[in-house]
Amino acid sequence: MCRIGAIKSLDFVHPSMALQLMQSQQKGHDNSGFAMVMHDLGGIFENYKKLPTLSMAATDEGVRLAEDILHEAGFQRVLQWVPETNPQPGLDINAMPNYVFETFDYPKHLRNGDKKEQEDLLLDMRLKLREALEPNEEGFVYSFWPDVVTLKEIGDPRDIGTYFNLWQPDDKFTARVITAQCRQNTNYDIVRYAAHPFHLQGYTALANGENTFYLKNVEFQRKLHRGYIGFESDSQCFLYTLHYVHHELGWPLRYYKHVVTPLPFEEIEQREDREQLKAIRQSLAHLEINGPNTIIGVLPDHSMFTCCDAKKLRPVVIGRDEKTVVISSEVCGINEVLPERDWETDIYPNEREIVAIGNDLEVQRWKQ
Amino acid sequence: METMRVQDVTPNDLPWKIRYDASRCTLCGSCVSACSFRAIEAKVERRRMVFSESELPEPKARFSAVPVIRQVKSVKNYCRGCGICEKVCPNDAIRPERNPDTRHPIVTRCLGGDSIKRGGRKNLESTVRTLDKIRVGRISQMTDPSLDAQRHTFDLLAPFGRILPPQKLPLGVGPEGLLRTEGSTPPVRWIYPVVIGDMSIGALSWRMWEAVAMATAYLNEECGLPVRMCSGEGGVPVRLLKSRYLKYMILQIASGHFGWNRIAKAMPHMIEDPAGVLIKIGQGAKPGDGGLLMAQKVAEHIQAIRGVPKADLLSPPNHQGLYSIEESVQKMFLSFNAAFKFRVPVAIKVAASSTSVSVFNNLVRDPYNIVGGFFLDGIDGGTGAAHEVSLDHTGHPIVSKLRDCYLAAVAQGRQGQIPLWAAGGLGKTGDLAADAFKMIALGANGVFSGKLILQMAGCVGNDQGRCNACNTGLCPVGITTQEPPLVHRLDPERVAQNIVNYFLAMDTELKKLMAPIGNSSLPVGRSDALVATDRAVADKLQIQYVC
Repeated sequence: MCRIGAIKSLDFVHPSMALQLMQSQQKGHDNSGFAMVMHDLGGIFENYKKLPTLSMAATDEGVRLAEDILHEAGFQRVLQWVPETNPQPGLDINAMPNYVFETFDYPKHLRNGDKKEQEDLLLDMRLKLREALEPNEEGFVYSFWPDVVTLKEIGDPRDIGTYFNLWQPDDKFTARVITAQCRQNTNYDIVRYAAHPFHLQGYTALANGENTFYLKNVEFQRKLHRGYIGFESDSQCFLYTLHYVHHELGWPLRYYKHVVTPLPFEEIEQREDREQLKAIRQSLAHLEINGPNTIIGVLPDHSMFTCCDAKKLRPVVIGRDEKTVVISSEVCGINEVLPERDWETDIYPNEREIVAIGNDLEVQRWKQ
Repeated sequence: METMRVQDVTPNDLPWKIRYDASRCTLCGSCVSACSFRAIEAKVERRRMVFSESELPEPKARFSAVPVIRQVKSVKNYCRGCGICEKVCPNDAIRPERNPDTRHPIVTRCLGGDSIKRGGRKNLESTVRTLDKIRVGRISQMTDPSLDAQRHTFDLLAPFGRILPPQKLPLGVGPEGLLRTEGSTPPVRWIYPVVIGDMSIGALSWRMWEAVAMATAYLNEECGLPVRMCSGEGGVPVRLLKSRYLKYMILQIASGHFGWNRIAKAMPHMIEDPAGVLIKIGQGAKPGDGGLLMAQKVAEHIQAIRGVPKADLLSPPNHQGLYSIEESVQKMFLSFNAAFKFRVPVAIKVAASSTSVSVFNNLVRDPYNIVGGFFLDGIDGGTGAAHEVSLDHTGHPIVSKLRDCYLAAVAQGRQGQIPLWAAGGLGKTGDLAADAFKMIALGANGVFSGKLILQMAGCVGNDQGRCNACNTGLCPVGITTQEPPLVHRLDPERVAQNIVNYFLAMDTELKKLMAPIGNSSLPVGRSDALVATDRAVADKLQIQYVC
């Protein structure tokens, strides 16, 4: 079972905090990888919040291919940050030659363009890059989105931290929202794309568990949106459903839970909103998930939430102080990063709850 | 002495021979009076006995007349092997025995100049069924726990009615950030995933039909299983139409429109809507034979309900004046939706065939969202009368066709929009839960079953040619006859009890199958839960092959 965690803070925080959060849960993962997505960036990216940043791991040829494609499409690079790596001998990391974080300005015709057009173009470009780099494994394109940076790597999370110099906090590489996962990759080959969190158009999701409705989900999602591709992990479905419900259908977040773990019919019948709930359950039956899981998600507005499977088979806990909210598979992770908090206010969400954290760190609990 | 000719029909020409042991027979007459086919009769034989009364042998012969039971040598009153004689004989003195040397298919046609008709069972099956080559192989383990069938709760319901794709749902966001309905959706009923298949009130005896209706009501009201029963194309008693039990009935209409005059007239008096309407375009067990109710079974009450004289009732061919199946469906749907004010879901039943997927594709793409269910009926089903040649040699297997339809929906991203219901030999081995579960995992939303319901009631027929006399009006157990003495053999309470108990057992079994794969709602389309022990089956159904 993977371990997942997320930090949302009023201040910018460094990924070292995420590493600490995850490292204390080390008994729950198998050291096969570490991945994180950072939203609401600080440091060197702070002044470029409106412009898309490409997060990619690639060979030299991959970098060249990707840049050519982006330039051809009219994107202009305004910032490039290559993390200083620390390739000591003996580190357990299966590193790619290049880690690229580049911020681009939109093609001229879209600089003041329609938001939807921009969003569509960014998605199409990422899909195009992925397609171009995939055949010879020239590179892995994780995200191409404003104010979002993604890092995924195969190996021991501690060594990955060392390799990227992430254990030492600095103010260059920070964000207000960081989601991270250390995985235990039981079902699939160790593939870079398979590592959570997954990102799509400002939405990030990571999950801890299994999805026994994976096949149903995939068969349905493939036809719903061109961006729903890959399916390297059974939890990727959680992201696509989140994107579909919130972005495509425009429904409020609380209905996400009604889609992935609908109430039993008996309970629906007793509700005042039974008509809507039944319509959702009928129409989106193939997006239901089944199996044990906890989901953490981030929305494009940087708000964050978590919810569990309908039987509450996977653990999750939320701890907070005045400036920071932390979600974690295990409470020991929160103890590590927020040792001074009042642990009596920790929240252990139940099977019918969405716990949402707004940008002012207000925590809301929505009963399904 | 009787003259015998070698061309005469003898028991050796017939499918069953009566084995009679005169030494055990007490001549009580039970067997003869119980044989509804008049295939045995009491006769007197002239017997010769040689005896000697003196001290030395002085043989003398004595002739005496002895009453015995004998088989009737006739292609009309031939033995169907139903075994009722054996059941009623107190001394085990008589029983039918299968005759492997039967010349029945030849002599019957030669003497009658007509094709053989019989009750609906396919008698040529010799291979293992496809469903039996499939196992539920995806067993949940530690990281993905299986459920406990008896302690967890399960949501065993299937949709009946057209389901709108999510982007077409009339939902908007209100000022409080909650979804609100801003329009109407087609009616959808969530019902038990096993529907009692369409067997008409003419095909079944009134006691049998009443027993099924009674079982349905009991399952709904006492057991909490929302099981629905399809009326078949034969009309419904007015009392039931006006009762609150109508909500458990799916009313069927087919090309004969039998009984619909009464149904239409009862509409203003209905206090409940029916559970749905099922338009039968075709059936799977005897495609091409349509509805066929022999005159022998058209009793007075059937004449009244259907509004017909006592004659063979053959459903007319389908809608010859219409251009296509889709067009006829469209027209019927519009009228039914209008009749029930768009409150009752309307589904269609077609025979599985090479072209079923095309029909399904056309219906699923229909922009008016007309069809509320695609009932796909395959070979191996059937209860009514048909020509033997149709029963044995026509039909299309259901398993792969259901899968084809589901995958066609998947290819268009439209799975679930027209719920798929499938039947045709499901429960043939007696285990309906296993068959239903596998069909659901292959993509069905639910299944329907008819013949098995008769077996629950005590039908003695089987797929090896036993009985199969549903067409004759002489059903020896009173299930498919309208002859009062025969109908009275059936105890409706007992039948209802059997059906209820079977459904309760099946409900538990369905949960037992859902538990190991860790699903608490129906695993529609979860083909990853199945494995096939046959390579060809695995390839065709796109499931994992195991050996």
